[in-house]
Amino acid sequence: MQSSRRPISSLSRRAALKFLGAGVVVGACWSRSAAQGAGGLIKVGFPVPLSGPYGSEAADQVRCAQLAVEDFNKSGGLNGRMAELLVRDDKLNPAEAVTRTLELVEKERVDLIVGSLSGAIQLAVNETCKARGMTYNALGVSDRLNEASDFGPTTYHEGLAPYFSVGALGRYVFSKLGNRVAYLIADYEFGYEMRRAFQVVGERMGVQVVAEVKHPLGMQDFSSLFPRILSAKPDILCVLNFGRDQLNALKQASEFGLKDRMKILVGALSSNQRIAGGAEAYTDVVGASNYYWKAEEMFASSKAFNAAYAAKYKGGIPSDYGSYGYGGVRSMLELARKAGSVDPVALSAAVGSGFNFDLYKGPQMIRACDHQSVQAVFVLRSKGPSEMKSPNDAFEVLEVAPPDDTKLRSCAELGLKT
Amino acid sequence: MGEIPLDILALQILTGIALGCIFVLVATGLTLIFGLLNVVNFAHGAFYAAGAYLGVFAFGYTGSFWLSLFIVPLGMAAVGMVTERVLLRPIYGRGMSYPLLLTFGVGYVLVELIRILFGTDGLPFSSPPELRGSILLGDIAFPLYRLFVMAFTAALLTSLWFLIEKTPFGLIIRAGARDAEIVKVLGIDTSKVWLLIFALGTAVAGIAGFLAAPMRGVIPEMGVTVLIEAFVITVVGGMGSLPGAVIAGLLLGIVVSLTSYFAADFSNIVMFAIMAIVLLVRPQGLLGRPEAAR
Repeated sequence: MQSSRRPISSLSRRAALKFLGAGVVVGACWSRSAAQGAGGLIKVGFPVPLSGPYGSEAADQVRCAQLAVEDFNKSGGLNGRMAELLVRDDKLNPAEAVTRTLELVEKERVDLIVGSLSGAIQLAVNETCKARGMTYNALGVSDRLNEASDFGPTTYHEGLAPYFSVGALGRYVFSKLGNRVAYLIADYEFGYEMRRAFQVVGERMGVQVVAEVKHPLGMQDFSSLFPRILSAKPDILCVLNFGRDQLNALKQASEFGLKDRMKILVGALSSNQRIAGGAEAYTDVVGASNYYWKAEEMFASSKAFNAAYAAKYKGGIPSDYGSYGYGGVRSMLELARKAGSVDPVALSAAVGSGFNFDLYKGPQMIRACDHQSVQAVFVLRSKGPSEMKSPNDAFEVLEVAPPDDTKLRSCAELGLKT
Repeated sequence: MGEIPLDILALQILTGIALGCIFVLVATGLTLIFGLLNVVNFAHGAFYAAGAYLGVFAFGYTGSFWLSLFIVPLGMAAVGMVTERVLLRPIYGRGMSYPLLLTFGVGYVLVELIRILFGTDGLPFSSPPELRGSILLGDIAFPLYRLFVMAFTAALLTSLWFLIEKTPFGLIIRAGARDAEIVKVLGIDTSKVWLLIFALGTAVAGIAGFLAAPMRGVIPEMGVTVLIEAFVITVVGGMGSLPGAVIAGLLLGIVVSLTSYFAADFSNIVMFAIMAIVLLVRPQGLLGRPEAAR
């Protein structure tokens, strides 16, 4: 009897184990499916230059994008569909960015691409996405992305348009600080776009260009460029570079006493570099920015965003470029919520006559004709060490230019149908 | 472009010499190692970055720039000794490509270690208070710290020259560079000499990184561009020639600086153009031995 019962007992144990195992697998699948909702997870591809001179900005963009996904998921997702962020390092290299984008689109089957903070790279990523009908929200500053030659129905642009941000900066500064202007220009798309934007506002304000000096991306020593700038005797030096280039240029300009002889403007202030380089290099530098944490004194959404960031990242503050990561991801997910889908055609239709929202920096709008994010620009002055009340008290807000699409180039000027 | 005012020309040349001093410091270590060990050291840029980080770290503990300037060469010499003894020595005699590939890998590992230990954001670092400010050259200001770097480079090079040309150890180095086998036959332990030379080259790279830190910032990738510049200078000066590295470094610093004034767009490529011309006209470099070019 015992011998006949043994196999049955053994079989039962095995059967019970199989049943249990199957139950665990089915349970796991069910819970994952429940988290994903009916259409599965919304996959957001996020290629940014984690390595290279913009690495610190990109790292904060990832932090903020992660926060955006969490906030979206906490608020119920898209009819129960949760979002997921897939980060890739584009290494600040167009070829690498395109490879990583293709990997996200074709292997990971993402629903949206958000990312890239360099002008030339986001143009390359945009081309890749356009050709595949993939929705792409670019985070870098650019005017060209919205022009007819580069814009496509799946193109969105969270980054500022220099025409607007530099325009706001120029209108504020040129009338107050003088009209002899020298330019130090990063020799790639970002620098050229900034230069064009300064040219437009400069001509309107009657400025005289006395020197233009270009430098390669990733330059470590700017000192040999300064004598030419000094000899031109400008009232204002416009530094049109970004990231570590900006920090090194400003640090060395301080060493060579340029600040004693001219005012220094930067087209796009980088708070990461301001913190990394210390206050002295940036003291009294005036620049335009998409975000500064003191926006919380003006907007409830900024206060909530800062608080959420501080809670998640142990007391830090979101940086300007980091906040692009939040705005870029969250606005697209909110647009998907409005459209009820992540389908590119549905998203484009959902923009309608303009998609208005307030997620982290006061009112914003995605303009219908070119999908440009119309948003506030902060004109900031970097404080000196003696003026700072805390390590985060880096800037004085000189002006907040409100979102105003009439200050952007019109879509007809961009060559787009209105 | 028009005429260049004399004070601006003087500033441009002085700026070039200061730029050249950093070139010289980095190229000196590279050329020392190549001259004796015949190792093309691709980890040199990483040693430069490691020196900067070690200096900033030491400064954080000691609060003294000067003490840190003393700690950096000692610490980097130790790093160099470990690298030579543990990694390079086993592959001597297997051809140039082995140490080249090995040091390439060591460079990657070092930079990654820096990223892990100190993060990717870079560290703020300023010149010591006593060297801040500038001196006026006519109407133009020149930073005091850069003058200090120039003076320090001159002192370091003089010490190196004295060590190599006027001491018994220098005699062994020179003899070893010419014919290591004969030196070995004479009963000298060349492995110790090679160890010390690699340590010396690494220490000089570390000093260069630390001295450059207040001017150029401290980031994990700071050695990448510098390594390329150092190779160009070593080739122009002559592979393995210390005086050649000094002359080429200063010359290229001044040329780059003057090009920045007259044709800034070309300042980035001028040193490569000069290297191409030197390789065509005098393949061994300005002061290199002809056999090094073969």
